[in-house]
Parts: sequence; structure tokens; C-alpha cells
Amino acid sequence: MISPDTAAIVIDALLFTFLVITALAIVQLRHLFAVVMLAGVFSLLSAGLFVSLDAVDVAFTEAAVGAGISTVLMLGTMALTAREEKKSPHPIFLPLLVCLVTGAALIYGTLDMPPFGSPDAPVQTHVAPDYIARTPVETGVPNIVTAVLASYRGYDTLGETTVIFTAVIAVLMLLGWDTKNRSLARNARRREEDREKGDEA
Amino acid sequence: MSHHTILRVVAKFLIPPIILYALYVQWHGDYGPGGGFQAGVIFAVAFILYALVFGLDALVRVFPTAVIRILFSLGVLIYAGTGFVAMFFGKNFLDYSYLGHDPVHAQEWGILLVEFGVGLTVATVMIAIFIAFASRIPSISDEEW
Repeated sequence: MISPDTAAIVIDALLFTFLVITALAIVQLRHLFAVVMLAGVFSLLSAGLFVSLDAVDVAFTEAAVGAGISTVLMLGTMALTAREEKKSPHPIFLPLLVCLVTGAALIYGTLDMPPFGSPDAPVQTHVAPDYIARTPVETGVPNIVTAVLASYRGYDTLGETTVIFTAVIAVLMLLGWDTKNRSLARNARRREEDREKGDEA
Repeated sequence: MSHHTILRVVAKFLIPPIILYALYVQWHGDYGPGGGFQAGVIFAVAFILYALVFGLDALVRVFPTAVIRILFSLGVLIYAGTGFVAMFFGKNFLDYSYLGHDPVHAQEWGILLVEFGVGLTVATVMIAIFIAFASRIPSISDEEW
């Protein structure tokens, strides 16, 4: 029999392997439709990892926003631009060096962090027990994540909502919604109707 | 996509459960995973699916852009308003305790209200951004796919 711990490690390893393969494929591919789809796959795999970390709220958001809406919006953007990525005229050495140095710095930074899942980590000894103790008494909400998000950190969530609001204002200022005067779409439809009439005749 | 019968029938079957699930995620966020952000996105997906299958003009007939514009502002207003009203009761900004006689119960009401504001804004913003992008794209003929 496989113990649950071993199973969890195998699942994590598989998810991480697929994550790396997807990332490499995204870097390699020039066909943007495939890249958008793989970005969705990447989000879904991350959502799987969040579930395995017991962070279901984050996983839910990642699956809905990252794999769902973002893919649709990216496809919409792609339809406005090109289907193929242009080859960059610059050599890749400088960007590669920047990536390697940044990556190395980040990995070096993790060496000082407490081991993964350690009960002595500052996050487990400082605010988390406080929230766990106070939430049932002060709010009566069973999901502590919701209580932190909407009540204890209500100010941050108001900020996030305002960010989304600002984003739509920016998009509408840049693109607008041309639902009445869709000349391109109308012409395409007219062509189609003409063709159908031609077929009938 | 006027002749894609399977897509149209499946979409019609899927849209009501998607909306129902969004409402479940919205109002059940206190007890399980989820809340305004996720519910808003799922709610928007139902309308985006409708637009993808039945065309953008059909979506705009169901959900006029003027209504969307009012609703995404209203969501932020509900959230910030819940906070400001607290100040009229002599409380701190976003202190929900004025919403009920018992402070614990008031917290639940406050969370429900602000999550509703978040859900409303997220749902309508996602639909709005989709319309903004999609209304610039000429409808793609079937041969191009």
C-alpha cells in the first residue's frame, strides 16, 4: 500500500514536472494560440498545486481567473493583434543572464527561510494562531479565509475591488465599446449574406 | 455560429447551472471556499459563453452596456458605502458592528454586503472587458477557424 504522504509527494512531483514542461513549451512556441492555451494549462496546474497545499480558496481563484477568464481575454487580445510571435532581432544572452541572476538570487533568498511546513515558522507562530482563535468568537464565520479577507483585512479587499474597477476604466478609455458601430463586423456579416444570396440564386 | 446546433444546445443547457453555481459560491463563501471574486468570475463566464455562441449583439441586448457601466460602479459603491455609513454611526471606516444589535451577527452581515459588492463589480467588469475586446474583432467566419 502507498501511504498518503508518499502519494502527496508523487502528485506534487508530477504537477511540478508538468508545470516546468508547460513553461518551457510556452517559451519555445511562436504560435500564440497554443501559447494562450498552455498558459491556461499552467494556471490549472498551479491550481492543482494550491489544492495539494490545502489552499482551496487560492486554488479556486487561480482556476476561475487564471485558467478561465484570462484565457478568454488573452484570446480576445490575440484576435486583435497577430497569431504568430515575431522573432526578436536582439541576441538572447542579456535577458538570459538577467533571468539566471534573478533566479539565483531568489533561490539564495529561500535558503534563509524556515523549512516548508515548519511549525516554528514566524507565519505559524505570529498572526495565524491569532486569527484562528479570534475568528469564531468575533465573527462567527466558519471560513477563516473569508473572515480575514472581508473583515479583518476589509481595507485591502476594498483596494483590490478598486484595482479591478480602475482596470475596466482604463480598458474602456483605451478600447471603448464599439457595440453600435461595429463596421468591420457589419461588413463581414454583409459579405456573408451576399454569399448566401448568391448560393440561393 | 448560427448553424452549430450542438454548441447552441449545450450552451443553453450549461448557462443556468453556471449562474446557479456562481450564486452558490457567492452566498456560501462564509462556509466553504469561494466568495465575491470567484463568484463574480463564474457569473461573468456564463454571459461570455452566451456571447461566444450566440454573438456579441445578443449579449448586449441582454445586458446593455449602460447597465453594465452602472453596475460595476455600484459594486464599488456598495463596498465603500458600507464602510462610510459606519462612520456616520461613530464607528471606524469598515467597522461592521453598526449592522446588527449583536457585534458577531453584524460581522456576518457586513461580510455578506461587501462580498456582494465585490461579486457585482468583478462580474460586470469581466463582462465589460470582454465586450470591449470582442466588439473590436470582426466576427470570424467559420472557414478561418
